[in-house]
Amino acid sequence: MTNTGNKDTRSGFGAGLYEIGKKDPRVVALCADLIGSLKMEAFAEAFPQRFFQCGIAEANMMGTAAGLAVTGKIPFVGTFAEFATGRVYDQVRQSICYSQTNVKIAASHAGITLGEDGATHQTMEDIALMRAMPHMTVINPCDYNQTRLATMAAAEWKGPVYLRFGRPSVPNFTPADGPYEIGKAWLMEPGEDVTILATGHLVWEALEAVKILGAKGIKAELINIHTIKPLDMQAIIDSARKTGAVVTAEEHLVAGGLGELVAGVLARHCPVPMRMVAMEDGFGQSGTPAELMNVYGLNAANIVAKVCELR
Amino acid sequence: MQQAPYSVPDYASQIRRDIIRMVTSATSGHPGGSLSSTDFMTVLYAECLKQTPGQWSRDGRNMDMFFLSIGHISPLFYSLLARMGYFPVSELATFRKLGSRLQGHPSVENGLPGIHVASGSLGQGLSVACGAALSKQIDGDNHKVYVLLGDGESEEGQVWEAAMFAAHHKINNLIAMTDWNRQQIDGPVEKIGGVGDLCAKWKAFGWHVITCDGHHYDEIRQAYAKANEPQEGPVMILMHTNMGQGVDFMFDSHKWHGKAPSAEQEKQALAQLKETIGDY
Repeated sequence: MTNTGNKDTRSGFGAGLYEIGKKDPRVVALCADLIGSLKMEAFAEAFPQRFFQCGIAEANMMGTAAGLAVTGKIPFVGTFAEFATGRVYDQVRQSICYSQTNVKIAASHAGITLGEDGATHQTMEDIALMRAMPHMTVINPCDYNQTRLATMAAAEWKGPVYLRFGRPSVPNFTPADGPYEIGKAWLMEPGEDVTILATGHLVWEALEAVKILGAKGIKAELINIHTIKPLDMQAIIDSARKTGAVVTAEEHLVAGGLGELVAGVLARHCPVPMRMVAMEDGFGQSGTPAELMNVYGLNAANIVAKVCELR
Repeated sequence: MQQAPYSVPDYASQIRRDIIRMVTSATSGHPGGSLSSTDFMTVLYAECLKQTPGQWSRDGRNMDMFFLSIGHISPLFYSLLARMGYFPVSELATFRKLGSRLQGHPSVENGLPGIHVASGSLGQGLSVACGAALSKQIDGDNHKVYVLLGDGESEEGQVWEAAMFAAHHKINNLIAMTDWNRQQIDGPVEKIGGVGDLCAKWKAFGWHVITCDGHHYDEIRQAYAKANEPQEGPVMILMHTNMGQGVDFMFDSHKWHGKAPSAEQEKQALAQLKETIGDY
């Protein structure tokens, strides 16, 4: 798979939202003063009757979305991942998940790659928060094309969805037509020596790692875990049984992230040696996305290093 | 809407009995605010709300909708719904018991008719009502969306986010009520949270404000009629009420916000409330 040109995943969301908005009149969108950052302009301009500017009031936006959903709409709420989770955890819990309202939470600027704004805006714990929530589906696509497809799939999916994507321009390498199915892991590179389970921006880094490992004679299997919940446990167990070693890679804290989730699955079903590429306990800092990914070891080199630790 | 078979005072007295009996039986729950909201809520369901119990649907299509933001007054809400025919009155005996559809705070998990969303964690209902009202506007459905808040609840910041939002978007099919009973768990609202002049506050937020004696049936009817006249934006009806209304030892006391009566206290309370329709 090759990079067809760098693009931001948030633009994939904007494109997907506009497309599904054209197709389905039930789709409505809400934003908390971040239309440009979320790339929601196309939807807002095309469907002004179905778009609601909520101002800097995320709690109210979540509740309003729940009310729109109860009455049969499919609302997408857009804001930064930190404000879509930590700031409104109780609103998401009661008005959306416990109330089983069909709200789609579009969370941009997730992770460390938000960059220069620093730790106040860099949520590295959002996956942990959202995957703990009953009834929530958690999706973390890897590039522009997959984010666009995931957005459209989220609209068709029944129930609350947390859709996580990012700010920086990153390689766009998956085909525009998928495949994409919520809850179904995607085997991107078959291998037999080690399993790499990657999610979000780390999928590209994992692809690079597979090449480096290949040159060393290590055949790594790469699975794209775009859906964190419901997790495709069977795909993970089958691959772990085959290779006998697993490395996870994610732009998130170790606490409550993909790595711990996979460790739990393996402990119960197929214990094999594993390593995690994720950020250790702590807050981030200002810097360019590339600098920060390197500082915290969220890159191909560290995936390779972790694989080598298992050999 | 069908004509309710009993008079409002008969409903209200029976509902107050239900509240006392449910909370006593569960040995927990919130009688004080349930009793303060009983009169105006009974008028709403018996005479104003355009809903037919047997045809209620969760999406609220082509009917008025009601959202209870103060979920802790579930004893009132459940009794009212049961007495109006949304589900069997006998089910009131299961309140707060294992496996019941009548959870401590309202839930949608078991499909109890009359409940659109869960509530209990305060401050969220007005936002949800805003969304439902906007949805009706998109659909060209001229029905109203009602929501009930508490005065103590109005200490929550989200209430004022929603207040600003509703006025800014001129949501004119939204009728909010506040049960202004002046009491919250820890004491009088003015001592605890300093909610202050709610009338001036809602007006300053751009709402059309109506005040009303929340225990005076004709005033309540007039307030609902006024709220249903064409408006440019959202309406708030401030219902002046008394915590524990109808039971002398609970009257105007924060101590009965969230406490169940003993068996002896239950007897005393029921002696003051006429059994009109028949106990469950």
